[in-house]
Amino acid sequence: MSDVTPFRPAPAGSQPDNNSPQYGSTHKRHPKQPLVKFAQTITEVSGPSFSPAHFPSIVDMAHVNGHEAMGERIIVRGRVTDESGRPVLETMIEIWQANAAGRYNHPRDQHDAPLDPDFIGEGRVFTDAEGWYEFATIKPGAYPWRNHHNAWRPNHIHYSFFGPGFATRLITQMYFPGDPLLELDPIFNTVPDPAARQRLVSKFDLEITKPEWALGYRFDVVLRGHEATPMENE
Amino acid sequence: MPVATAAQTIGPYWHLIEHPELADLTRFGAEGERMVLTGRVTDGDGAVVTDACVEVWQSSPPASRTFPGYGRSATNPDGMFRLTTIKPGPVPGRGNTLQAPHIAINLLMRGVLSRLYTRAYFAGDPLNDNDPLLASIEDPHRRGTLIAAADGAQTWRLDIRLQGDGETVFIEI
Repeated sequence: MSDVTPFRPAPAGSQPDNNSPQYGSTHKRHPKQPLVKFAQTITEVSGPSFSPAHFPSIVDMAHVNGHEAMGERIIVRGRVTDESGRPVLETMIEIWQANAAGRYNHPRDQHDAPLDPDFIGEGRVFTDAEGWYEFATIKPGAYPWRNHHNAWRPNHIHYSFFGPGFATRLITQMYFPGDPLLELDPIFNTVPDPAARQRLVSKFDLEITKPEWALGYRFDVVLRGHEATPMENE
Repeated sequence: MPVATAAQTIGPYWHLIEHPELADLTRFGAEGERMVLTGRVTDGDGAVVTDACVEVWQSSPPASRTFPGYGRSATNPDGMFRLTTIKPGPVPGRGNTLQAPHIAINLLMRGVLSRLYTRAYFAGDPLNDNDPLLASIEDPHRRGTLIAAADGAQTWRLDIRLQGDGETVFIEI
């Protein structure tokens, strides 16, 4: 016997449906067959770990080679926990974003906005022994994206989380409070439950804000937790 | 209880975190039978997907200082991904079952909000017949979408069709 404890399934409405027609890129990219149900095994509940020795931290995206990026400097801090409220320790978080003008340092981004030679837009941090992470960056700009007439993405930062298993892998985006583009954004609005949607919006936090230096935002993230009790029929 | 944070698409600009060396799981000197896993990702029109992130994870051989178990490859202008790794062996399944050798695959891309999860098995492996996941898929054509074909020496090919004819079996995770 080698039964492993599976990770919890997502409660209804808490995750986006890949068939989300308002987001045009989904039309030809979502499977039409139902997902095959299969109880998680060692392959799904185990997952990679990353050493800072091989993946050095990039905690200050606001400077490149000692040069300061253009834009509004910000600090983002938050805590990564699982669905039982336990901190997720020493897990790698990857971050990427557009510059202050709303342009990615990426050859496919042809938006007519300036590139900043002093901004790359990649960050990498590890949570500490209590699940906290923090990095400095500049606030990313909004940008147009042609999904529909006059479509603009709200300001956002992309995040990649691993957690303890391949099943806990999470790619998401952090948004900013008070952004008028949020209610218009087809990607943000793919999350059916309004409360789950609002958890993607960071909160301004005066405790994180550093006097005479940068505004602070708080963004906590919850990764899937284990089932509370093993399933009876196993 | 808190609920897991919602996923959002990886978008078209995820290459800012790509790091092409992640496509070589043998880069830390892992020992074992080297192999390449490659294939083409296509959409519901049969068009190649050139901006996908294809991630793999193996529970065999176990991750170690020399074998990360995890890799990722961007699809190229022909929609092809390519990963170099160590060929996995069988691993335990639930109960007293044994799983045939397989590599777990996550697909992330613009237009995909919640990652698509599937697996690559190896054509001709005698354990495939009794693998619990493969056995649970009755339609042999559907089952076949999870089985990589030998494509020259130590190279295995698995094409991934996101939608329509020959649509890949994606697994609830």
